Amino acid sequence: MIEIRNLSKSFTLHNQGSAAIPVMADAHLEVAPGECVGLIGRSGAGKSTLMRMVYGNYLAQEGSIRVGDLDVVSAEPRQIIALRRAVLGHVSQFLRVVPRVPTLEVVAEPLLRLGVPADQARARAARLLTRLNIPERLWTLSPTTFSGGEQQRVNIARGFVHDYPALLLDEPTASLDARNREEVLRLIEEAKARGAAILGIFHDEAARDRVCDRLVDVTAFTPGLAA
Amino acid sequence: MTLMPNAITAAPLLSVRGLTRRYGARIGCADVSFDLYPGEVLGIVGESGSGKSTLLSCLAGLQPPDQGKILFDGTDVLTLPEAERRRLLRGDWAYVHQNPRDGLRMGVSAGGNVGERLMAVGARNYGAIRATATDWLGRVEIAADRIDDRPSAFSGGMQQRLQIARNLVTGPRLVFMDEPTGGLDVSVQARLLDLLRGLVRDLGLSVVIVTHDLAVVRLLADRLMVMKSGRVVETGLTDQVLDDPQHAYTQLLVSSVLQV
Repeated sequence: MIEIRNLSKSFTLHNQGSAAIPVMADAHLEVAPGECVGLIGRSGAGKSTLMRMVYGNYLAQEGSIRVGDLDVVSAEPRQIIALRRAVLGHVSQFLRVVPRVPTLEVVAEPLLRLGVPADQARARAARLLTRLNIPERLWTLSPTTFSGGEQQRVNIARGFVHDYPALLLDEPTASLDARNREEVLRLIEEAKARGAAILGIFHDEAARDRVCDRLVDVTAFTPGLAA
Repeated sequence: MTLMPNAITAAPLLSVRGLTRRYGARIGCADVSFDLYPGEVLGIVGESGSGKSTLLSCLAGLQPPDQGKILFDGTDVLTLPEAERRRLLRGDWAYVHQNPRDGLRMGVSAGGNVGERLMAVGARNYGAIRATATDWLGRVEIAADRIDDRPSAFSGGMQQRLQIARNLVTGPRLVFMDEPTGGLDVSVQARLLDLLRGLVRDLGLSVVIVTHDLAVVRLLADRLMVMKSGRVVETGLTDQVLDDPQHAYTQLLVSSVLQV
């Protein structure tokens, strides 16, 4: 479902002497449907960079990233938008929303964008928020006022509200208590069971051991760090 | 489940090629080309004087370009007879000004402002016009009991929402917006952004929005075009351009934003 080949990336900082900084060389990996692959490697090795490239958030200089039948590296913006809408979900570490939009709407939005009727979208959003222990009295409020852990759970609810065939998870269990961590791990296991291909970063080793089928050390793709 | 929504196969709603506008020896905008697809929001960013407003007014037919082509739904807009071009401006197209005073008639009631545009495309039944106007005031969160008040009695945020209602009442397919959140308080901006996002999504609008506010385009635009000295220096997916800018000017623009 996700297939990365010969992927290379460098940043060119035009306003700092046009320094070109290579950050990834010849990366390759595959994630099959129903499989969860964890990215490991020390801080700065390029785990987040690789995830961002798969999501189309960072450009690549070389190589290919196939998600379903689209090559993200060479795709038009509108193809990536369509991919993100229907195929490729993303749970980032930070919630970025329009201020003042109620939590229930924030979570339902990915379904509304897919054309799911509003009552169905809200019902599904409500089920996820309940599972993730966000009290109903908070649903009409904007999540921008929530605690870090609550925002994280709203972000997770938003990422799991549609059954994406492929998912990117950036530290989904960070800043969660035991009960909510367990619920998130179950959501991941359920997504795998329905056939989702998942690529994730988990600093929580116990979580990683439980949901990941394989680990890929990105240090092998880091210029200057590869053994 | 369809993995590739049909938007991918649709033809562009707006095709722009080589659009150039000069002011004497000075360049307003030069050689701008892009395609806008149905349901897509294109943000145009750049600092003051970058040509983004000139480009928008050429696109919307407010001033003629010196060179270039604009196709709307396959029709060459620049060679259209004046009467047909005006019909386009009243119906299929809408233009939201930065200052609501430029887009509203300040001496006419709120309901009249909305109803007037309906009448311009042929609506005649008073009851139906008033009902539609009331419905639209509700959609932009203006209470029905304000329908007979003049916009001069409204706050800036309400005026801007009224301007949006006036523009969208005819069901346009393409909306041009010039700094629509520009003169508003931050709290009012958020409300307007939320409203615009909902309308774009629910009505499937195509939008060209000009702003210097990168936070606004991050939340509203699918794609970005970065302009400098009248030329497009970078284009791409909004979050990609903001998070991994390629051009020196875009890198400067993004890194100059104050973090809150």
